[in-house]
Amino acid sequence: MNYFRKYYYGDYGDKEAPTGGDTGKAAANEWPLWEVFIRSKQGLDHKHVGSLHAADAQMAVENARDVYTRRMEGVSIWVVESKYIHASNPDEAESFYEPAEDKVYRHPTFYDLPDEVNHM
Amino acid sequence: MPVQNFESHFQEKIDADVRIEPKDWMPEKYRQTLIRQISQHAHSEIVGMLPEGNWISRAPSLKRKQILIAKVQDEAGHGLYLYSAAETLGISRDEMIGQLHSGKAKYSSIFNYPTLTWADMGAIGWLVDGAAIMNQVPLCRTSYGPYSRAMIRVCKEESFHQRQGFESLLVLSRGTPEQRAMVQDAIDRWWWPSLMMFGPHDSESLHSEQSMKWKIKRFSNDELRQRFVDMIAEQVKLLGMTLPDPDLKWNEERSHYDFGKINWEEFWNVVSGNGPCNKQRLDARKKAWDDGAWVREAAKAHAEKRAARNKQQAA
Repeated sequence: MNYFRKYYYGDYGDKEAPTGGDTGKAAANEWPLWEVFIRSKQGLDHKHVGSLHAADAQMAVENARDVYTRRMEGVSIWVVESKYIHASNPDEAESFYEPAEDKVYRHPTFYDLPDEVNHM
Repeated sequence: MPVQNFESHFQEKIDADVRIEPKDWMPEKYRQTLIRQISQHAHSEIVGMLPEGNWISRAPSLKRKQILIAKVQDEAGHGLYLYSAAETLGISRDEMIGQLHSGKAKYSSIFNYPTLTWADMGAIGWLVDGAAIMNQVPLCRTSYGPYSRAMIRVCKEESFHQRQGFESLLVLSRGTPEQRAMVQDAIDRWWWPSLMMFGPHDSESLHSEQSMKWKIKRFSNDELRQRFVDMIAEQVKLLGMTLPDPDLKWNEERSHYDFGKINWEEFWNVVSGNGPCNKQRLDARKKAWDDGAWVREAAKAHAEKRAARNKQQAA
């Protein structure tokens, strides 16, 4: 089963590749890959928008400004080197998220209340 | 699970419009097709900066110069979104750029035509970007997640490209007889190459069928080309200009415009390297890459040195 799994970089950590994983021919000379997160306005979360290459964090932030906020899409930028991101494994998604599946009582719509009850 | 099951499970996801993400299992052929298509697309954005860059220093006003610079910057950005999307499939940036420079990877053949007059800037925005948008909008729903997200970003920005092009031609078309002639000449030169941008006829298109099944493509080359013709044939009237096709005629029965035969010999000639500017474009890209080598190396060395110094101080 593991044989078929492929680990690629970008969108999530590039150093997660276990032995046997095929990461392509990442050139040793390339600047490292960074994931970019942008807060579009005060009060909202930072959201992943994509990735880019940069020699260091400062350059990554500046490049992110030029690549991802040319039209005022952001008021704050986070960058993190892709290799530091750890991700859940899609092959295990079924069992991994299974515990939440049978717990309908966690949703407000599970409860039938008389129409007369207001403000709830 | 045997491979067939992986494949059928994969196809089920595609059929149910579930997006494929980088870590998901995918057929090797799907991965290769995407790498080819996305990197080709990225290269087109990057090479596409050259014909327009040609006119930045000669734009007729500060306003037009600012607009043109912004457009060329967008194209750099689009190239970068797309390179990143392709990298999620396991190919490195350097490898892709190497493929462009060696000629293994192609880019849109439209950029192998020269930009002879200022009106070409308008014609490129209106026709070339118009054709690109026609191709790109359906790609916002393509089955591979990172590609689809990159395309949503691209499409949002691309509509300014087309509008500024048309507006620029509109201004010229209301100008002097010389300006009007310049507009017509630009349209005459860019019309047929724009139609070629949709690729070969469906019957001759190498990768189309499988790409449709995998929902990488959502519409066929000929379908999109027809939509483009229908759109432009109407818009050209507003410019008071004509398209260089004597066979262009509204067909009541089909509710579409009929149009003349495309010169596919020219298309394949340009694709295979014999267009007017193929060599010039590739040389410019290679030169930029080679001239930038010391910057890439210096920045990397600087970052490494600083990281080492910080580490030492922390110790």
